[in-house]
Amino acid sequence: MATGTETAAEAAGHGGGHAVGMPQLDFSTWPHQIFWLLVTLVVIYLVLTRLALPRIGGVLAERSGIITKDIAIADDLKQKALKAERAYNDALAQARADAARIVAEARAAIQADLDAATARADAQIMAKAAESEGRISEIRAGALDAVTEVAQDTAHEIVAALGGKADAGSITAAVAARLKE
Amino acid sequence: MATEGEGSGFAIHPMDQFVIKPLFGGEHVHWYTISNVTLWMALAVLCIVLLLVVGTAKRSIIPSRVQSVAELVYGFIYNMVEEVTGHDGVKYFPYVMTLFLFILFSNLLGLLPMSFATTSHVAVTVVLALMVFVGVTVLGFMRKGVGFLGMFWVSSAPLALRPILALIEVISYFVRPVSHSIRLAGNILAGHAVIKVIAGFATLVVASPFVVGAVGAIYGLELLVAVVQAYVFTILTCVYLRDAVGDAHH
Repeated sequence: MATGTETAAEAAGHGGGHAVGMPQLDFSTWPHQIFWLLVTLVVIYLVLTRLALPRIGGVLAERSGIITKDIAIADDLKQKALKAERAYNDALAQARADAARIVAEARAAIQADLDAATARADAQIMAKAAESEGRISEIRAGALDAVTEVAQDTAHEIVAALGGKADAGSITAAVAARLKE
Repeated sequence: MATEGEGSGFAIHPMDQFVIKPLFGGEHVHWYTISNVTLWMALAVLCIVLLLVVGTAKRSIIPSRVQSVAELVYGFIYNMVEEVTGHDGVKYFPYVMTLFLFILFSNLLGLLPMSFATTSHVAVTVVLALMVFVGVTVLGFMRKGVGFLGMFWVSSAPLALRPILALIEVISYFVRPVSHSIRLAGNILAGHAVIKVIAGFATLVVASPFVVGAVGAIYGLELLVAVVQAYVFTILTCVYLRDAVGDAHH
């Protein structure tokens, strides 16, 4: 381009590549640089607009969509969990109340049974006691008779052994008299 | 510029790295010549394709490392365009993304040893800046008509000052592509030249430990500069774009 810089360009072109002055100000290379710069920029621009940017933008949009959806699902599940917890607590309280009621009922029923059984047992005991009383007095009466009889017999035998002859009537009267004492 | 050592073994040629050389022989650099410019621009394209196309090929909902980097870059630039230019500016997002990725990868690739930094050339950055400048101007007149000139007329200033401010605004408007392009090329050029100059002192035995440390430190700084300059160029593009597509801010 400029004739003044021609020598610099030639020097740059030769082997060894020693710079004469600033290669930046060697205007003869400007068309070359500008041409390849424009080619490069167009290639980058096409690669970006055709391939890279839509793809990355799509991935980012897709990801944020998935995240939003996941957060919504998580929120939903949290609400469900809260509801389930509430239902569980309700059921627990209900069960506790039921259990208390059943225990009270059972206790009352047992108490009633117990009272009835106690009453019945008392009655039986009373009856048994009365019966036993009768038997005892009977036995006592029987025992008294037996004693009298044994005493008469013994007295009779003793009198007979002593060589006496005693009549049953006087012995009986005598024993009875002794027993009365 | 090339500092020739005084026969003492110094070989400091900080500008040699910027020389444009045809790759397949030839004396002259024609506009169609395949040179190191072509090679390193093609490598930038390759890196962009690897990151943004190959890296996202699976379109995973749970991204791989490369895919998350691609998504990070996408989100970063997208949010920048949306925040700075407003909702109307989003349709120019692919254009801004193209600029950002090209500058970022050219800067980073330029930091590889033996590489060629395409963005250190004013020819490249001037074209990038002019594309923004012309694009914004054309877009502004297309969208706002003559009203686009209203941004030079500062209605919040006192009436007497407005013509002077308008003149300053117009001048600053036309200086934009200059600062926009020189900032990028200058940063990259200066950093690379400084590394080369310091590295040239490595032949001096006494200085070599210092040189190793200094080159390492400056290399780290240059990595930062490479990213920051790509960011600065992009956000300035967005700021200029806001004048054309956004609401009146002046």
